[in-house]
Amino acid sequence: MWPEEIHRELKAAGIRIVGYVPDAGHKRLIELCHGDKAMRAVVLSTEEEGIGLAAGAWLGGERSVLLMQSSGVGNVINVLGMVKECRFPLVTLVTMRGQEGEFNPWQVPMGQATRGVLEAMGTVVQAPKDEKDIAPTVNAALRLAYNSYASVAVLIPQRIIGIKSFQDQTSR
Amino acid sequence: MMKRRQVVKQLLAGRKNLLVVAGLGSTAWDITAAGDHDLSFPLWGAMGQAAMIGLGLALAQPRRRVLVITGDGEMLMGLGSLATIGVQKPDNLTVVVIDNERYGETGMQQTHTAAGVDLAAAALGCGFRFAEIISSPSGVRSLASLIHKSPGPNFAQVKVAAEKIPLVLPPREGTLLKARFRRALLGAKADLA
Repeated sequence: MWPEEIHRELKAAGIRIVGYVPDAGHKRLIELCHGDKAMRAVVLSTEEEGIGLAAGAWLGGERSVLLMQSSGVGNVINVLGMVKECRFPLVTLVTMRGQEGEFNPWQVPMGQATRGVLEAMGTVVQAPKDEKDIAPTVNAALRLAYNSYASVAVLIPQRIIGIKSFQDQTSR
Repeated sequence: MMKRRQVVKQLLAGRKNLLVVAGLGSTAWDITAAGDHDLSFPLWGAMGQAAMIGLGLALAQPRRRVLVITGDGEMLMGLGSLATIGVQKPDNLTVVVIDNERYGETGMQQTHTAAGVDLAAAALGCGFRFAEIISSPSGVRSLASLIHKSPGPNFAQVKVAAEKIPLVLPPREGTLLKARFRRALLGAKADLA
């Protein structure tokens, strides 16, 4: 399954700190990171905190990753300015809402604006085509970020996550 | 009322290996007035994130002491980070808010602390081990030693005068501030990581 594959990629890349705001799509990956003794999973009160966390970790010599839902991308816009000005390496794994088959209309505006907002702030956006493509995309994002000091976001399509209703979401 | 520059100078006097993050605006000028240092990361933006940068640094460098010095307006913008830090409980982190009850860079408008908002009580409620409002020189003296010794996370809200004082600017370029900090902390390998 793709969450296990992402976790393997994070381990192989030496990721030690994982900031996240919970999301149903990231549920399994968050559990895997919490269960991994080599990783410190840090729950945040807003996604913006994850950018500060990642910047501090890099200043201290550690690699990190940030997990969030597409709605959270709107919460990090100004702070991405620091990432660009300082050329902090940053990998953000975004589970998409408001994209394909969304049941909550309030998710649609931010979901549709996610790519544009990230690109406007200088983040490279990569979107895996299908489930098989997720791990290779995350692998490439980690290398781009940490070898080239780039900010990279991987947008995991809603089609792959497959949440179709409130009942579906809460039963996960 | 205590003077902010004097307080910050006193806190940094014995800094040695201390890692220092300063919030944008007055506290970035304060730490620079005390002496610019490679192991200082003064922010020129990212308002609200000083404490979180301190947390990331504290988790990455558990054997070093980390000090965040920021303003009341900056801290109020990232109040949720007190809860995040309280949950992680890094024992090497101290957050000091230099509280003049004003937004200093924008015309000295009052912040919430002028109306009595107690940030130390918030920090205590969030799980910090130590959190106090400090308004005397003796309080600052014990804070200066607590930064280096006491198991954290520690928090202090230091009440200072609302004064207009000359700016003392650190380097502005973000890549320079980042690279010099990493090199001073991690050595030459920082450039090859």
